[in-house]
Amino acid sequence: MEAQVWREMGLSDEEYAAITARLGREPNYLEVGIFAVMWSEHCSYKTSKPVLRRFPTTGPRVLQGPGENAGILDIGDGLAVAFKMESHNHPSAIEPYQGAATGVGGILRDIFTMGARPVAVLDALRFGPLTEESNKLLFRGVVQGIGGYGNSIGIPTVGGDVYFDAAFSGNPLVNAMAVGLLRHADIATGAARGAGNPVMIVGARTGRDGIHGATFASVELTEESESRRSAVQVGDPFMEKLLMEACLELIQAGVLVGIQDMGAAGLTCSSAEMAGRGGSGIEMNLDLVPRRETGMTPYEIMLSESQERMLVVPKTGCEARVEEVLTRWDLEATTIGRVTDDGLLRLTEQGRVVAEIPVAALTDEAPVYDRPAAQPAYIAELRAADLSGLRLRLSPEETLLALLRNPTVAAKSWVYRQYDHQVGTNTAALPGGDAAVLRVRGAGKGLALTTDCNCRLAYMDPYYGGAWAVAEAAQNIVCTGARPIGITDCLNFGNPEHPEVFWQFTEACAGVTAACLAFDTPVTGGNVSFYNETPERAIYPAPMIGMVGLLENIGKICPNVFTSAGQDVFLLGETEGLLAGSEYASMFEGLVAGALPPLDLAALRARLEFILTANERGLLAAAHDITEGGLAVALTEMAAATGVRVDLPAGSAVLPSLFGEGPGRFILAATAGAERELAALAAEREQPLRRAGETGGEELIVTAGGAPCFALPRARCRAAYENALGDIMLA
Amino acid sequence: MKIGIVRFPGSNCETDCLEAWRVMGCEADMLWHRETSVRGYDLVVLPGGFSYGDYLRTGAIARFSPIMPDVIRHAREGGLVWGICNGFQILTECGLLPGALLRNAGLSFICAPQCLRVENNATVFTRAYAPGQIARMPINHGEGNYYIDAAGLEELESEGRVVFRYVSADGAADAAGNPNGSVQNIAGIISREGNVLGMMPHPERAVEQLIGGEDGRGMFRSLLG
Repeated sequence: MEAQVWREMGLSDEEYAAITARLGREPNYLEVGIFAVMWSEHCSYKTSKPVLRRFPTTGPRVLQGPGENAGILDIGDGLAVAFKMESHNHPSAIEPYQGAATGVGGILRDIFTMGARPVAVLDALRFGPLTEESNKLLFRGVVQGIGGYGNSIGIPTVGGDVYFDAAFSGNPLVNAMAVGLLRHADIATGAARGAGNPVMIVGARTGRDGIHGATFASVELTEESESRRSAVQVGDPFMEKLLMEACLELIQAGVLVGIQDMGAAGLTCSSAEMAGRGGSGIEMNLDLVPRRETGMTPYEIMLSESQERMLVVPKTGCEARVEEVLTRWDLEATTIGRVTDDGLLRLTEQGRVVAEIPVAALTDEAPVYDRPAAQPAYIAELRAADLSGLRLRLSPEETLLALLRNPTVAAKSWVYRQYDHQVGTNTAALPGGDAAVLRVRGAGKGLALTTDCNCRLAYMDPYYGGAWAVAEAAQNIVCTGARPIGITDCLNFGNPEHPEVFWQFTEACAGVTAACLAFDTPVTGGNVSFYNETPERAIYPAPMIGMVGLLENIGKICPNVFTSAGQDVFLLGETEGLLAGSEYASMFEGLVAGALPPLDLAALRARLEFILTANERGLLAAAHDITEGGLAVALTEMAAATGVRVDLPAGSAVLPSLFGEGPGRFILAATAGAERELAALAAEREQPLRRAGETGGEELIVTAGGAPCFALPRARCRAAYENALGDIMLA
Repeated sequence: MKIGIVRFPGSNCETDCLEAWRVMGCEADMLWHRETSVRGYDLVVLPGGFSYGDYLRTGAIARFSPIMPDVIRHAREGGLVWGICNGFQILTECGLLPGALLRNAGLSFICAPQCLRVENNATVFTRAYAPGQIARMPINHGEGNYYIDAAGLEELESEGRVVFRYVSADGAADAAGNPNGSVQNIAGIISREGNVLGMMPHPERAVEQLIGGEDGRGMFRSLLG
């Protein structure tokens, strides 16, 4: 075989030699294709595996950790939550609508494959600045794609986050997280066991779409990427809705041994992984695979990423039952092979064996690389920058209004108005708050859900950025009154073959690990997306965190906005925030620089425990953390229904107090009559809590020791905040 | 009151409707679209969603579902039919209600709370509301832009068959209060006989304080009598 063949499929010469040695012969074309996708970064995690092994993945709630289609946590009463986050960056860069839509479809399949009914979708999105028309086009297309798929299938899109930065121009990040509910008894897995059991393909027919999606995801984006449009799949949410209902019915009926969705590398990856998990072999007759096109080669059948297909292994004799359920949902179910005990993936066509590969060679024995890591030179330079000389360039009022109109800070209602965020009638805290809260019907509980990552901080200090992504998610969850119970991650980085990028990756993961240990939030699964580079640049490191929190009593949900006038307002945490890495420094000074002080995770945990206890005791009328844009922006966000007046300690520096950021800073409102108890609890827990003012009036006023800092009509701030994104997108 | 909720392939608000009836103290049955009879039911609900993926045109394929001939028979014999969102689209497609639902004027899908004005409370669906009452219910659609020709509109208006209108928070049926470009801010209409009602807003999403208010309860209370 010509070296060009395997090289074009993404295999190195060393990898090809290893395959030949393992098989004891030259592989044929189809076999090379199968190895190429299974050993691609996307499927094998060959670069990231050694780093990911350090994540904490156990805990009393963990029913299913990493390695399955989604993680599962116990939420009590025999109920569990399944959740997972995944990237669809490269397809979305080429074809934003379908790229994003199939990202949602894929992550939903991961959830119902586990036997869980999906109840929510969240999306973490990163784009280049909206001043560039191409970024606007991608942003609009991605939002429409997410809505188009989620709205139709009837799963609410309840939250997420969106940032805009030049680091993402041309290489947007589209990370979708899905969450599902299930009973412990209904947990399904993707393992093929029991020699002789049938292997069935259910759902859509197989076509030529999406061939090479996995290998496409494992290279950088270039000018030629446009020509890879055929690697982008096309989604059919209606088909997936039917498939979801049918699969959940099959799982609940107890007729399945294993079930696995077909995502990246389609039939290849699903069959190899199922056999691998079950320690079995699988034999499939490719002539039996239902197709939507004629003349497909075995290679095309095995590599197709046609959407809305599942591979299921029913118990022998249950084939008719599977067919009956699928037919009722107007879908096909076809037996294409059987489970064997020889540990081989054997494919036949027209009676001939066209591929025969040990399953272990594709899965467990895939290569693992220990890549070199080197701290990039920019890190020390940025760290050395002195920001102490920064002064406000505009008045505080003008500064705030400009920040509120900044698309990263502005309200995201233009986005979530296009998503059905209420179907299922369980959405108790709507998008726009710190975290979405979903009622667990019939259990009196709630699930708080959020996605977070400040990529600018992750660029300046990847360790800090990784830890802060988890910490910020925990802050957001706690502000709703829920306790963080676990995370999923989607780790988006540049080309890991560059030692600087690999250093960013290892550092960020170490930060995630430290924070997960500090907050007792095990990592239950996730996804790595490398090669997020264009010829111009690598993206900022983006260790995106999707966190789940549990609210034992949904009645104790804590609002993130001031709900009425006359509430006492407290500030918790340091008065002056950090300018290093702040939205202010970036927007007004063009500065992404400065030293980030070590993150004291234990202290932050204690602060979060204080908030949880205060809410548990009914002392809180509202809670919100101070992040992008600082205190002034956070006050605007909370002033949805009333004005507010806040007094800072005399002598507070205006710039860091109003616009500085950093961990552990919160605005709290006390319930009527609870002010003293709240202060007493803070004193007992040694928390820096200050009564700072009260809600009321129609202005936002901040003073320091009584001296004016700024004052603006509430309506003006809210209009800037609410309308900015829509105005930009409609312009 | 015996209630049946039709489940088409692609419906996605059928369970929400069932739960809303449950909140209001009433159990409803789910009817599979392949059934051919709705006999024995007093009220047939066509729920929201994307029946048949909304491919071709919203509601255009669902009207050919096996259950629809008997839903039409039920309506012609005076039985109650309530179409919500996609259900309203199916009702206009099958001719039980006049007009059509076009793409939203802004071309975007909209999910948001919306103020409605109760224009006619002398119906079996709305009698629990006060005349002119403002009720807040979520809208959630991409094709809710109600259209009807001038003659048809004149007929609807003169017969008092516009049941709900989209309004601003102050109750004005103006352009600012019209989210999707509907003719005369029309959000819901009723048949001449008063037994078939179609509406784009989602009252089943407005029956509990926890999830956004209780203004939709009036419709359930009206029907329960």
